[in-house]
Amino acid sequence: MTDASLPDAEATLGRLADKMRGAVAFDAALVGIHSGGAWLAERLAHMLEGEHPLGSIDVSFYRDDYAQKGLRAKLATTTLPFEVEGSRIILVDDVLYTGRSVRAAINEIFDYGRPQSIELAVLIDRGGRELPIEAKYVGARLAVARDLSIALQRDPDGSLKLSLEPAGSAGGA
Amino acid sequence: MRNPQLNADGELQHLLTLEGLPPEVIGRILDTAVPFVSIAERDVKKVPLLRGKTVFNLFFENSTRTRTTFEIAAKRLSADVINLNIGVSSTTKGETLLDTIDNLVAMNADMFIVRHGQSGAPHLIAQHLSAANRAHIHVVNAGDGRHGHPTQGLLDLFTIRHYKRDFRQLTVAIVGDVLHSRVARSLIHGLTTLGTAEVRVIGPQTLLPTAVESLGVRVFHHMREGLAGCDVVVMLRLQNERMKGSLLPSAGEFFKHYGLTVDKLKLAKPDAIVMHPGPMNRGVEIDSAVADGRHSVILPQVTFGIAVRMAVMSILAGN
Repeated sequence: MTDASLPDAEATLGRLADKMRGAVAFDAALVGIHSGGAWLAERLAHMLEGEHPLGSIDVSFYRDDYAQKGLRAKLATTTLPFEVEGSRIILVDDVLYTGRSVRAAINEIFDYGRPQSIELAVLIDRGGRELPIEAKYVGARLAVARDLSIALQRDPDGSLKLSLEPAGSAGGA
Repeated sequence: MRNPQLNADGELQHLLTLEGLPPEVIGRILDTAVPFVSIAERDVKKVPLLRGKTVFNLFFENSTRTRTTFEIAAKRLSADVINLNIGVSSTTKGETLLDTIDNLVAMNADMFIVRHGQSGAPHLIAQHLSAANRAHIHVVNAGDGRHGHPTQGLLDLFTIRHYKRDFRQLTVAIVGDVLHSRVARSLIHGLTTLGTAEVRVIGPQTLLPTAVESLGVRVFHHMREGLAGCDVVVMLRLQNERMKGSLLPSAGEFFKHYGLTVDKLKLAKPDAIVMHPGPMNRGVEIDSAVADGRHSVILPQVTFGIAVRMAVMSILAGN
C-alpha cells in the first residue's frame, strides 16, 4: 500500500545525494544495510563523484532482539570487499528509527577491521531513537505512527518506492 | 503425535534426525548456513549470537573430528563450550545418562551436543528435558548408534546444493558400508525429502540393510552399473572392525570391487563430485588419486560442516 503522505523515493534520494556531494571523501566506501540500504548504496555510488567501493551488511548475526525473535528466515551474506582497516565508510540505510540496526552494523564492521571513520546516510529519518545515534546525511524527515513501518521497495526496472506497512511485517527499525 | 524435534509453532526445538523433518525446515538450515560460510574468512571469525550461552559437547563415544567441528562452530557463535568425554568419566563410575544430564542442567546448560553409541540416546535426553519442563534446553544429535548423524547429513546436502544446485535433477550414489553407516541413513532421508531425482546405494549384499529399498533408493551391487550417469558419488568409510567378521573377505578384495578409482569414476558424469564423510581409508574405499583429484570436494565438506553446525545451533537457540 502506497501512501500519499510519503515522499517520492527517487526525489528524496536526489536530495540525499545533493547533501552528500562534496561532503563525503572521494574514496569513501558505501556500505548499505540489507536490503533497502544496499539498493541505495548502489545508486549513490553512481550519483556521487569519486571512486566508492560498495559493500552490504545483513545485521542478523548482530541484532539485539535475537533472544526474543530468533534468527530471520531469509539471510543475506555480508560482503565488504575492500580493506576495512583504515577505510572511510559511509553506512547507508533506508529508514533510521530506533538506531538498533545501525548499532548492529557498526559492531559487525569492526569484526572486519578498524575503519578510520564511519558516517551515516539515510533516506528517511522517522525519529523515535532508542540509542544515541544520528545520521550525518538525511534525505527527508518524517513522523509516522508507531504501528506503521516504512518500507523501501525496488521495482524490476530499478526504481525505488516507499510504502507504509503494519509494523512487524517488515524488517524495519 | 507431534514431531518431537519441533515445538508447538513448528519451529526446530532439537535436531535429532532428518527422518520426517519437513523440507522447509531442512531448506531453512541450508539457507542459513550460507552467510555463516563467509565468517571463516574474516579477521574476527566470531559473531555474538550465542554470547553467554553454555554448550556441552557430550561425547559418550569418541570422535575427535565431529567434536572439534561442533566446538569450533559453537565458539564462532561466541558460546562457552565444555567438552565432556563421558566414556572415560562418570558412566564408568556408574552414573546413569539422565543423572549426568540433570547435573549439567543444574550447571545451567543451554544446549547439549550428544554423540552416543546407542541409537535413540539424544531422543531420550530431549524427552527427559521436556518432561522436566526444560524445553528451552536444546539437543543436537552428533551421531547415535547406527541411527543417524543429522548434521553430517545436512553438511552433505549443503555441499551437494553448493556444487549442483537442484536436487530434482540429480542422481546421487552412496557407496560402501551402508549397513553400519548412520551418515548414509541421514543423507538418504535428506535427499529423498528434498526430492532428489534418484538416490542409489551401491555395495555388497552383506553391507546393505535388509529392505533398504523401502527408504526410496535403488540398489546396485556393481560399481559399473551403479555409478553410470551419477552427478554425486558419496563414499562411505569402511570400518576396519567390519573386516573381522564374515561380512567381507579382505580390505584388498573390497577395494577391487567397491573402491573408487579414477577408472571407475569415469562412469559417472564428467562433472561429478566425490564426497566422503571422513576419516578416509585410502586404498580401501577410495584411491588417493580420486581423494586428491579434481572431482573431490572432501575438504570443502569439512569447511561447510562448520557453517552448517553454526546454522543449526543459532536456529535452535533462537527458537
